[in-house]
Amino acid sequence: MALLEVNSLTACYGDFQALYGVSMSVDAGQAVAVIGANGAGKSTLLKAIVGMHPAEPDMIHFEGEAIGGMRPPKIVARGVTMVPEGRRLFSSLTVEENLRIGGQLGRRGPWSLQRIFELFPMLAERRSQRSMSLSGGQQQMVAIGRALMSNPRLLLCDEISLGLAPIVVRDIFQRLPTVVAEGTAVVVVEQDVMQALAASNYLYCLQEGRVLLKGESRNLDRAAIKAAYFGV
Amino acid sequence: MSFVNVIVQGVLLGGLYALFAAGLSLIFGVMRLVNIAHGDLIVVAAYFAYFTMQALGVGPFTSLIAVVPAIAVIGYILQRSLLNFALGEDLPPLLVTFGLSIIIQNVLLILFTHDNRKLYAGPIEMASWKFTPDLAVGVLPVIQFVVAVLIIGGLQLLFYRTTLGRAFRATSDDPAIAQLMGIENRHIFALAMALSLAVVAVAGVFIAVRTTFNPFYGPQLLIFGFEAVIMGGLGSLWGTLAGGILLGLAQALGGQINVGLPFTAGHVVFLLVLFVRPQGLFPKVSM
Repeated sequence: MALLEVNSLTACYGDFQALYGVSMSVDAGQAVAVIGANGAGKSTLLKAIVGMHPAEPDMIHFEGEAIGGMRPPKIVARGVTMVPEGRRLFSSLTVEENLRIGGQLGRRGPWSLQRIFELFPMLAERRSQRSMSLSGGQQQMVAIGRALMSNPRLLLCDEISLGLAPIVVRDIFQRLPTVVAEGTAVVVVEQDVMQALAASNYLYCLQEGRVLLKGESRNLDRAAIKAAYFGV
Repeated sequence: MSFVNVIVQGVLLGGLYALFAAGLSLIFGVMRLVNIAHGDLIVVAAYFAYFTMQALGVGPFTSLIAVVPAIAVIGYILQRSLLNFALGEDLPPLLVTFGLSIIIQNVLLILFTHDNRKLYAGPIEMASWKFTPDLAVGVLPVIQFVVAVLIIGGLQLLFYRTTLGRAFRATSDDPAIAQLMGIENRHIFALAMALSLAVVAVAGVFIAVRTTFNPFYGPQLLIFGFEAVIMGGLGSLWGTLAGGILLGLAQALGGQINVGLPFTAGHVVFLLVLFVRPQGLFPKVSM
């Protein structure tokens, strides 16, 4: 049984339909990438999975349980969490407080404040700084650390490369295998196709709310990805 | 009456205003809700104390043991059943709490008539320490000020040293993302309202010992609370205390100039602060 099963998920913003029956599945310990141009519905997909966008119960199953449309705290308590687009750290909390609040549900697992500081050593020395005084890359590390602190079985990352220098992006992506190795399945949503391919073993390409292409990352034909991405 | 005396009275009164303001500031900070019914809920607390005192035959301060939890529970229920549904934009919470204010005033009028009432605390109301022939400081105002400082200090600790406080601050920063931390906003908002009204219940009992009240006394208290919050600067609890003290001082000094002047003097000082330092004395929240 797959860890996460998305079945014909539809989503609308008022009259605008963002997703037209998207299906995907993620196995435990897998790294899955979702790529697509702006407005393809990638963020909406992730939001629906964590309960931040409405869905019918049967559209999303986690560990066999229908979780579609549950409130986010309930879904996070079951072991799914998200690194939101744009990081969205709590500005009035320190770095350490941001991390600790991620762990306040008290789910058991490999991740602790200690382990986060081992994964991102530069955060340890900045632990009592205000989160907004950090550089963009460091803020992204806090956002990832905050999500990991809940010891999720499934971690969703929404555009973690957004607005960061390529060297910083590479640095952050290099840590993802460590996360997967701890048994956490990861879904990365990316516009950066090369980064997405390198970081995943399975890939979905969305276009205008539909899955146009899917397959094992290493077997996918570059030309086919290009066609699905740009719709040419 | 000496000048020093007036200053002391003003400062001590300011503690009470700071308590009204701390309650307002707390819920605005956590959920961006401007509670127009705040003053009326203070009056509800005063009536609650009045009837608790009658029923149990206790003094006003003992009645707090019943009044504070009761008003906190009312706050929690009010938030979960009504105010949570009004949040999100600026206007709906204003309209809903404005309506609530009118409803509370009229229900109080039907139940308790327009009679002025007062909570009697006994001989302590008259007790004072005489430092010099000119300077006498009332025991009750001192107690009221100390309680105000302790409550504001307690709120400060709660906000910056506890898990609940951290959840309040995170929800204030970004309610949508706070939910991803397992924080149930509806519950956190209701706890903030409960806490706000618990603080207000204490203030309500003190003010009702100090002066008479009736069903329509709320809006005036609301104005004092607003003025103290805005002068102190939004989001800063100690700033709120400073704002309350400034308002108390202005009213006391105004009363010295002319008996009819205290409230006007308070408003004038408020407008002056707004003119010179619109962000308040110790601002923390950027709007």
